[in-house]
Amino acid sequence: MSSRGPETGPEGAMDLDSLAEIKLRIAASPHLRSPHSTPRIMWNVVGSLVPILAVATYYFGPSALLVVAAATVGSVLTERLFGRKGSTADGSAVITGLLLGLILPPGFPLWMAFLGGVFGVGFGKVIFGGLGQNVFNPALLGRAFLQAAFPIAITTWPVQPASWWSLRGDNFALPLMSPNAPDVATGATPLGLMKFEGLSTNTLDLMMGTTGGSIGETAGLLILLCGGYLALRKYLDWRIPLSIFLTVFVFSGVLYLIGPDRFPNPLFMLFSGGLMLGAMYMATDMVTSPVTAAGSWIFGIGIGLLVVFIRVWGGLPEGVMYAILFMNALVPFINRVTQPRVFGQPRRKPKGAEA
Amino acid sequence: MLGSSTFRHGVHPPETKHLTEKVPVRRMPFPEEIVLPLRQHAGRPARLLVKVGDHVERGDKVAEADGFVSVPIHASATGTVKDIRLCPHPDGSMAESVVIAVEKFSPQIPRPRIVPQWEGLSPQQVVEEVQKAGVVGLGGAAFPTHVKLLPPADIPVHTLIVNGAECEPYLTTDHRTMVEYPERVQFGIRIMMKALGVDKAVIGVEKNKPDAIARLRETLPDDIDVSVLPLTVKYPQGAEKMLIKVVTGREVPSGKLPMNVGVVVQNVGSIACIGEIFDTGYPLIERVVTVTGPGVRKPSNLLVPVGTRLRDVLEFCGGLTEDASQIVFGGPMMGAAQPDLDTPLIKGTTGVVVLTKKEARSVERYPCIHCGRCLEACPVFLNPSLLGTQAQAGRYEEMEAANLMDCMLCGCCSYVCPSHIPLSQMFALGKNMLRKRKAAA
Repeated sequence: MSSRGPETGPEGAMDLDSLAEIKLRIAASPHLRSPHSTPRIMWNVVGSLVPILAVATYYFGPSALLVVAAATVGSVLTERLFGRKGSTADGSAVITGLLLGLILPPGFPLWMAFLGGVFGVGFGKVIFGGLGQNVFNPALLGRAFLQAAFPIAITTWPVQPASWWSLRGDNFALPLMSPNAPDVATGATPLGLMKFEGLSTNTLDLMMGTTGGSIGETAGLLILLCGGYLALRKYLDWRIPLSIFLTVFVFSGVLYLIGPDRFPNPLFMLFSGGLMLGAMYMATDMVTSPVTAAGSWIFGIGIGLLVVFIRVWGGLPEGVMYAILFMNALVPFINRVTQPRVFGQPRRKPKGAEA
Repeated sequence: MLGSSTFRHGVHPPETKHLTEKVPVRRMPFPEEIVLPLRQHAGRPARLLVKVGDHVERGDKVAEADGFVSVPIHASATGTVKDIRLCPHPDGSMAESVVIAVEKFSPQIPRPRIVPQWEGLSPQQVVEEVQKAGVVGLGGAAFPTHVKLLPPADIPVHTLIVNGAECEPYLTTDHRTMVEYPERVQFGIRIMMKALGVDKAVIGVEKNKPDAIARLRETLPDDIDVSVLPLTVKYPQGAEKMLIKVVTGREVPSGKLPMNVGVVVQNVGSIACIGEIFDTGYPLIERVVTVTGPGVRKPSNLLVPVGTRLRDVLEFCGGLTEDASQIVFGGPMMGAAQPDLDTPLIKGTTGVVVLTKKEARSVERYPCIHCGRCLEACPVFLNPSLLGTQAQAGRYEEMEAANLMDCMLCGCCSYVCPSHIPLSQMFALGKNMLRKRKAAA
């Protein structure tokens, strides 16, 4: 053994010193901690969204970046102003902003996107008591607000323009003014085409993302990859997306078998609209999804069923947002009925034993 | 009957046993002073037998058992009773203790003893001998061993389970005991099987101790049914209920004892200790302790006289490193941090783990994000997330309804919590509050 400090003399003397001067730290057990932390989870989610944002920018040009930035600034600013001190560092407000931006149309006016971010974090999270306390996914709540407030702007879908650099809409519309971009051609999303004109879209296009739609929702395969990364690192509960996918696939598959001409094919259902992003990133929001494993399955199956119901029989072309928000509201009840059986207790509690 | 080699849930903290797993047990020289708290076991504290100025030989009783769930305390060194006063106890309190000034130049040889002939003894007599020797569970809980050896007549016990899992990180106490004294372990098993009247014994050892498994297998007796069961390495594999689940496939019913599923579990160190009683006649006056961790200069496995103070043990192990910041008695998952270097190592002290500023650091706490990791870690399938919310609101009755009393404070939930919420600490408090309220009612 070598002596470690130059100021200490012979080793024996130093040993005695080390015992005489030591200040011992007291803490409750366990004294070891896994390396995971809440900010680490959150920033990993943010990191996994970067490729999705990059591809969205490739498809939708600078408009994509602008809208996402506006939503993110709105949500982070709200967290900074009204949230707990220092709570922006945990990264959750950044996730809300990014996700909100990714589920808006590329030509969306920036002030509206900003407002959505403010509403999402302000009324979706801070008002409940901040991180961990909210019932609904803040990003989806922000979008629901925008959909109610600006129904036209949020359903205006640009088609690919001639130049990558051109804006995909009137991004810089002044606050409280109607967006106006006569020179931008608009078109329908694959789901709109299916709903209102009965036209299907090539599944490969849907997977790659070369279709109209919200900024970050189109590249289905990429979202699957990024979400898969999070699932592998255990930063999201794989049961939720898997149960959503299985439910949507089986339910719409059965419908498709009954009437292939009336109902869309199951792959179309999986890769169109916001299902991929919603299932991977919104439904898996830890705060607003069940804590129990059984609850996660119920939650995912519920979302899957609702998505198909709304898309096939509802008035709207897309139902992922409402499906997730509705199931968010049920999470406390799902948690209550799926409490795990405690070790050493009988499989089924006798009736009336539940407190 | 044998299921899988592990239980559901649990966690995988870094094992860090390499520091001492190959280090042979050394006997520590006698310190100048020995501190023997009268309360070193679960149950009633021992009743004092000596007074200041008395001369005691190594192995003499200084306090006797007070009732059935109690054991005597023996002097672990020859010397003079210097004082009887309150001394720091490893549980954080001050406890009445006998302080013995160890006689210099004493050969420290215990008085000649009558070694009980175990073959001729009835089970009742074996139990008496075990109690007389002051044996307690050496795995940390320090429950008097003889109590477990007398199951009520109406509860049949068919299997003795020997707990050599040692799932706590860092500790190698049981590991070295199994490697170095396998014959003593086998002898102890033989006596316990006779006392219990069972015809089957299983030694559960985690697979990260292949040398211990091999040594035990080499020494297995031919005439009785004893087997070694290698276990998956996972914390808390050594928890009684988890071990029983693995060995028998059965869950101990909530609120019941292992004997309700026909088994008795004993720590391998206690068993070796029983082997020693019927071999040399010495009571429990010394034990194997792992002194380890990145904060200690010479990590060692030591044979330490019971009552040796922490300061003397650390000095013998070369002292602390400059960045040492926390000293834990027991393993880092369930052990207690010690504030005082004058605290003695007692019968239930399995190890001394010195952590540095790198491991033992304060971490920022975040709100619960309901990620569900604690539910997937809890080996008894509680909902720590819910219990934590209730604890923060002080709603202890609701915690009881949410099965708080089934919590064994293993610390898995706190270990995995990404928001660093001190869940198991809150649960320990909640359990205490509920017990106090029950006692007051």
